[in-house]
Amino acid sequence: MGRAVLKEVETGATVVALPGAKPGVVPLPAPARKPLSSRLLPWLRAILVNVLPPLVTVALIALFWQIAASGPQSSLPPPTKIWEEAKDLIVEPFYWAGSQDIGLGWRILVSLQRVAIGFSLAAIVGVLLGALVGQSVWAMRGLDPIFQVLRTVPPLAWLPLSLAAFRDSQPSAIFVIFITAIWPVIINTAVGIRNIPQDYRNVAQVLRLNQVEFFFKIMVPSAAPYIFTGLRIGVGLSWLAIVAAEMLTGGVGIGFFIWDAWNSSRLSDIIVALIYIGVVGFVLDRLVALTGSIVTRGTLTN
Amino acid sequence: MSYLKIDHVDKTFQRGATSTPVLKDISLEIEKGEYVSVIGHSGCGKSTLLNIIAGLTPITSGAVLLEGREVRDPGPERAVVFQNHSLLPWLTVYDNVALAVNKVFGGRKSKAERHDWIMHNLDLVQMGHAKDKRPAEISGGMKQRVGIARGLSMEPKILLLDEPFGALDALTRAHLQDSIMQIHATLGNTMIMITHDVDEAVLLSDRIVMMTNGPSARIGEVLDVRLARPRKRLDLVSDRTYIAAREAVLKFLYERHRFVEAA
Repeated sequence: MGRAVLKEVETGATVVALPGAKPGVVPLPAPARKPLSSRLLPWLRAILVNVLPPLVTVALIALFWQIAASGPQSSLPPPTKIWEEAKDLIVEPFYWAGSQDIGLGWRILVSLQRVAIGFSLAAIVGVLLGALVGQSVWAMRGLDPIFQVLRTVPPLAWLPLSLAAFRDSQPSAIFVIFITAIWPVIINTAVGIRNIPQDYRNVAQVLRLNQVEFFFKIMVPSAAPYIFTGLRIGVGLSWLAIVAAEMLTGGVGIGFFIWDAWNSSRLSDIIVALIYIGVVGFVLDRLVALTGSIVTRGTLTN
Repeated sequence: MSYLKIDHVDKTFQRGATSTPVLKDISLEIEKGEYVSVIGHSGCGKSTLLNIIAGLTPITSGAVLLEGREVRDPGPERAVVFQNHSLLPWLTVYDNVALAVNKVFGGRKSKAERHDWIMHNLDLVQMGHAKDKRPAEISGGMKQRVGIARGLSMEPKILLLDEPFGALDALTRAHLQDSIMQIHATLGNTMIMITHDVDEAVLLSDRIVMMTNGPSARIGEVLDVRLARPRKRLDLVSDRTYIAAREAVLKFLYERHRFVEAA
């Protein structure tokens, strides 16, 4: 065995010493640079494939709408009329001309602020309650039936009660967001925690992790994919609820703007506001999904 | 006074009205620095025995004593290397070991000392180079190496290995067996390994504990493997003591206690 190795080394040395054999790297021909056009082409293709179909659809819908709403009997404004009447709302989201005469951007921000407070509270309380229900059989038996009943209550049904309790519209709206968003967070967190593999629990037991360490080091990261599913559903529901709640509570938010526009028959404004709401809701959903995919990187695969 | 004493341990699993006796009257004494394998057919309760020593499974009757003190719950002085490595997938290789080191030595070692200790253990299993990788990015054998490093890093009195190489291919398994032998020679740990591989048991162990089939599995025989260390895989192939030991285990498993398929 030892001899064979030695021999190999010797032979290796001879090869290096051969006259004329140049030690060094043989240069490989440089990879031919593709012309700019062929490198950009796939990019352009991707843009076309992804952007063109929705653009075409939107254009077709607008066209159909224009034709359908152009008649003298039509009760809804066609796109051209919306552009004429609500141009300032579309092109200037952040103008400020008095306490009720402000751009839709500001109104959205006010609504978003309420959602942020209500949703954050729901996320924190929801994860804690979900952890309790997921971890303890008795907590689940005691609390789960109550959760299952309460989560079917429509968000707005809570509003009169919260107005009576808080005697102010701002905390009431926030409470409605909270109570709407918390159920999917609780339920998904509980499922995630029930699904923590026994292996991870064994590791925690061998290491003698205490309750707090177990919560932060095993529970939350292990259940993170489930928690984020709950948060994503929750943020969608919050955005649904805030518009409805603001219609009733008044103030500056986007919901009240729609109600106000309806009362003064500004239909074009309502349609512009709807598009704002849809786009913001979409962005919120994607934001939570993106956060989730960053935070849970590596958690799903083992 | 032996280092680890398993004293008349019974284990019965209770599920509703039906009770299944798994282990019956298990008694075993293990000395410090010994490498003991427990072998038996699947379902005989050998993993249950390991979990009992680890403290993860409560005992029905009897007791486990480590240095004269009764074992009641899990703890880092009886570190476990799990069959499926059980690394936390959201932590890097380094952080998986760090979780153990920080918990066990948090109050006793400085930050720099803990870092050195983590790296020392990773280097011991030749995984220092992959410290920043996540478990999903390394092979099965590498994961098990990290699992072993995590177990060793707790500086356990006993290292418990639950079929540590069961899920690995034959070549990787041989590499890891060599690593374990070297670690055992260097550190002199007491190790208990569950296995169903006869060659592995003979190669690694000082003693082989052979279990009868369940339910109510008992210790059938204990075989002393009187092979000098360090042991070399290739030299052993034709070694008479090795062949005899191998034959004894095979005869026990396939002649006297054949695995009876449930009808």
